[in-house]
Amino acid sequence: MIAILPPTAPARMVELEIDGVEVGALEGSTILDACRANAKQIPTLCFLDTLHPVNVCRICVVEVEGSRVLVPSCARKVEPGMKVRTDSERVRHSRKMVLEFLDSSVDLSTTPDVADWKTAYGCDSERYGPPALPAPAAERDHAHAGHHEPPDPDHRATVAQPVKIDNSLYVRAYAKCILCYKCVEACGTDFQNSFAIGVAGRGFAARISTEFAVELPQSACVYCGNCIAVCPTGALMAKPEWDKRSDGTWDESRQTQTDTICPYCGVGCTLTLHVQDNEILKATSPFDQTVTSGNLCIKGRFGWQYVQNRREDEPSA
Amino acid sequence: MDLKLLNADPTTEERAAIDTAIVSLSSVGADGVFAKRHLLLPALEAAQGRVGWISEGAFNYICETLQVPPAEAYGVMTFYALLTAAPRAPRVVHVCEDIACKARGSDALINELKRSAGPPAHYVPAADHVLVGDDDVAWLPSPCLGLCDQAPAAFVQIAGEHPIEELFGDVTIDRLRAAMGGTLSLARAPRRRLPQAGGSSLRLLRRVDVVDPTSLDAYRAAGGYEALRRAFEIGPEAVVRDVTDSKLMGRGGAAFPTGRKWEAVAKQTVRPHYLICNADESEPGTFKDRVIMENDPFALIESMTIAAYATGCEYGYIYLRGEYPLANERLSNAIVRARARGLLGADIMGSGFSFDLEIRKGAGAYICGEETAIFNSIEGFRGEPRNKPPFPVQSGVFRKPTAINNVETLVNVLDIVRFGGPAFAKIGTDASTGTKLFCLSGHVAVPGVYEVPFGATLRDLIDLAGGVPDGRAIRAILLGGAAGVFVGPQDLDMPLTFEGVRASQATLGSGVIMVFDDTVELLPMLQRIAAFFRDESCGQCVPCRVGTVRQEEALARIAAGKRRGGIANEISLLDEIGLAMKDASICGLGQTAYSALESAIHRLGLLGEQTGR
Ligand SMILES: Cc1cc2nc3c(=O)[nH]c(=O)nc-3n(C[C@H](O)[C@H](O)[C@H](O)COP(=O)(O)O)c2cc1C
Ligand code: SF4
Ligand code: SF4
Ligand code: SF4
Ligand code: FES
Ligand code: FES
Repeated sequence: MIAILPPTAPARMVELEIDGVEVGALEGSTILDACRANAKQIPTLCFLDTLHPVNVCRICVVEVEGSRVLVPSCARKVEPGMKVRTDSERVRHSRKMVLEFLDSSVDLSTTPDVADWKTAYGCDSERYGPPALPAPAAERDHAHAGHHEPPDPDHRATVAQPVKIDNSLYVRAYAKCILCYKCVEACGTDFQNSFAIGVAGRGFAARISTEFAVELPQSACVYCGNCIAVCPTGALMAKPEWDKRSDGTWDESRQTQTDTICPYCGVGCTLTLHVQDNEILKATSPFDQTVTSGNLCIKGRFGWQYVQNRREDEPSA
Repeated sequence: MDLKLLNADPTTEERAAIDTAIVSLSSVGADGVFAKRHLLLPALEAAQGRVGWISEGAFNYICETLQVPPAEAYGVMTFYALLTAAPRAPRVVHVCEDIACKARGSDALINELKRSAGPPAHYVPAADHVLVGDDDVAWLPSPCLGLCDQAPAAFVQIAGEHPIEELFGDVTIDRLRAAMGGTLSLARAPRRRLPQAGGSSLRLLRRVDVVDPTSLDAYRAAGGYEALRRAFEIGPEAVVRDVTDSKLMGRGGAAFPTGRKWEAVAKQTVRPHYLICNADESEPGTFKDRVIMENDPFALIESMTIAAYATGCEYGYIYLRGEYPLANERLSNAIVRARARGLLGADIMGSGFSFDLEIRKGAGAYICGEETAIFNSIEGFRGEPRNKPPFPVQSGVFRKPTAINNVETLVNVLDIVRFGGPAFAKIGTDASTGTKLFCLSGHVAVPGVYEVPFGATLRDLIDLAGGVPDGRAIRAILLGGAAGVFVGPQDLDMPLTFEGVRASQATLGSGVIMVFDDTVELLPMLQRIAAFFRDESCGQCVPCRVGTVRQEEALARIAAGKRRGGIANEISLLDEIGLAMKDASICGLGQTAYSALESAIHRLGLLGEQTGR
């Protein structure tokens, strides 16, 4: 299912100003669309073309003349005569702080582009003090809304916690979760309609969770892996990739990506197989592919694991 | 929908309580995807009220009955501070730890509880479902309970077939022990009357402590329902015109012109329209709406009926904070009586106009006072604010045009309609018309709600409340609540009008005037304000979710003498955090989370003192 349909009426053009330059944009498009069409680089984290914008990360904020606060470019629609500043002092400050807030509380080591952004915006996450020790397993899962332990003057709070490995197909490393809501949208009405996961708790204790934090095999998860595909931080990761990264043998320079058509049924989803040393490590589908919009089912996403495992298991069997 | 449920069943008692809650709430107007989902919060509250926590069996039954995916329902359940998924004692005492109570000795109560009753019940060690505390009673610290005029305050909940809930003021150690032991009669302090009760200049409070709040006849004898009658005579357009002419501004904090809002809703062609009364009153220091709802409930019902008539609303909700049981009881009684006399329901007073309403109880979430968060909460989703646009007048609750107003705003409409907009506009100042309710608390001789025409100064209000006791000096005054600003003794001549406070870069917010005398240590107050925002952030957006944590940590370092790079560095870090929260947060909570701290630091020079220590 494609979540966001193009406007049906023939769209008109809207004139607006971006950083002092007059540009045209389709009515109904966002400031982000207009910026991208005019080669303006805007960082985004919670935005994805194929999902409804939730505009929660706030890294894409821009200044719009006449607006008291900054606006999220990924969600705000263009309006005639709008005057947008994409790189003002205020914009740069908020982006820097959003990055520092995330970097100082979440493990962003597998989030693409962050290192460059941190340099570009002059981030210094160490000024919040050294990180606290990771929470014991399940502690964050049971935080009670509206209460927290008093802060520790010697350490900064983080979301660090042990990885959840409760099935053989993929892992959930919520120490890397920036709470972008993408997995929840992909699992819910935007794609999968399984509703296996939701956002639980609130404030800094908010978290992605199944009901009562049950393990995935007890949940409504059907292992389509569409949440993995949209996760921008690597918090959700196919097990072989996680294992390879953990033992230091993950090496993208030695990997090839090969497109093929999924053999399991007649739909004809495009599969991109990520292979390292003759071993398939994960399967994705291109987001711009009309059949899938990046989504697959358990067979396409993980079927090759069974094939591969069976073949490997044979000699010993 | 094919739901995968947990393997657990409800008890007979839980099932009955949930069924009753679902049946008792009408579902007018909620259709399609909303048809059952909007019953989620009431059902969860019923399960909680029956046994004191929400078991997997009760939860399962709710998900199945309302066809809500369990992971989503879990997200809703864990959003609210008054709901708990871990086994807990049936009797819970919530002791206010917020600023007005702190200024009047609540720390001592909480320390005593920690000593004698063990740790508070919010900390659940990992996945173990163990009962925290004693078998029958648990305690929790609480944010402001809206009883700051009777600080320190506590709120007691006793689960059961007929759950008991009660707010207690003027709490002492002995009264607290009585509440913990379940002997509520010994926990009650003598009732306090409204300081200005019966005063001839009162308009909004004229019936408080004078007219029996449980009797419709008494209300009518005191002029009740004359405004609605006049509204029906002049017609909806004329009512909107009167409200516009009155220049009434919203009293919920944002000071938006009410007439403009009503006109916009009335114009919408999409049907139905909804009316919501925002009675979530959780801004620390605020208790004016409670005083109206407890003591003049019919006035709110009548004014909502007028608002609905003017804006073409078929149905209304009162979104009432969960910690106001007496207001709930009085309003429920008023609704039943009004309905019985044809003042709610079909063809009201033979006018041909039909309107009905119901109360929706919150469950411990300050953010649910934000107007779009209320919509989500009523609909059965997490109380996260929505992105605007679209604005509520176009797309509010159930994605339909919605007029949402504060309790005090609405009650003003009675006199506007009775005496006309222009007459109302003559009261107060040119830009701030009518009278205003102020919530005086902290170090004043007679704390309470005071009504004055706009134009009175801060000094006038403090004098009205008897001044600062024992001739002590004022150290600071918090105006507008935790989301407001601190001002100092040099600001006493500030007129408390919208334009007057704006000129002094202050705010009226929800009408809070909390006075701190020179014996108060302000840094712990700032730490409490920071803790409040961290607890109450919905967690949706990064600037607020993490910014409120980093701000609280910086204050903790300052308080512990562990400043990173000296006090100037910590202050500039706080300023940087505050600016990002103000500029980049989604809603007013994050946008104002640094406001009070900033004013304490830069206006009162609070942390300057810290450098000397
Ligand atoms: C975090 C937050 C909490 C709020 N809480 C309340 C509240 O408890 N009561 C209220 O009337 N308005 C509250 N508001 C303001 C409402 O969003 C809204 O402006 C108000 O209900 C509009 O009514 P009015 O125009 O009559 O003031 C809150 C706003 C924010 C951002
Ligand atoms: S794998 Fe599919 S069903 Fe399971 S949580 Fe992710 S999106 Fe939902
Ligand atoms: S797990 Fe990934 S996709 Fe889901 S909220 Fe966290 S970062 Fe976003
Ligand atoms: S500002 Fe805070 S309360 Fe408001 S949406 Fe963002 S996280 Fe939620
Ligand atoms: S990308 Fe726009 S708010 Fe996250
Ligand atoms: S009731 Fe305690 S601060 Fe308001």
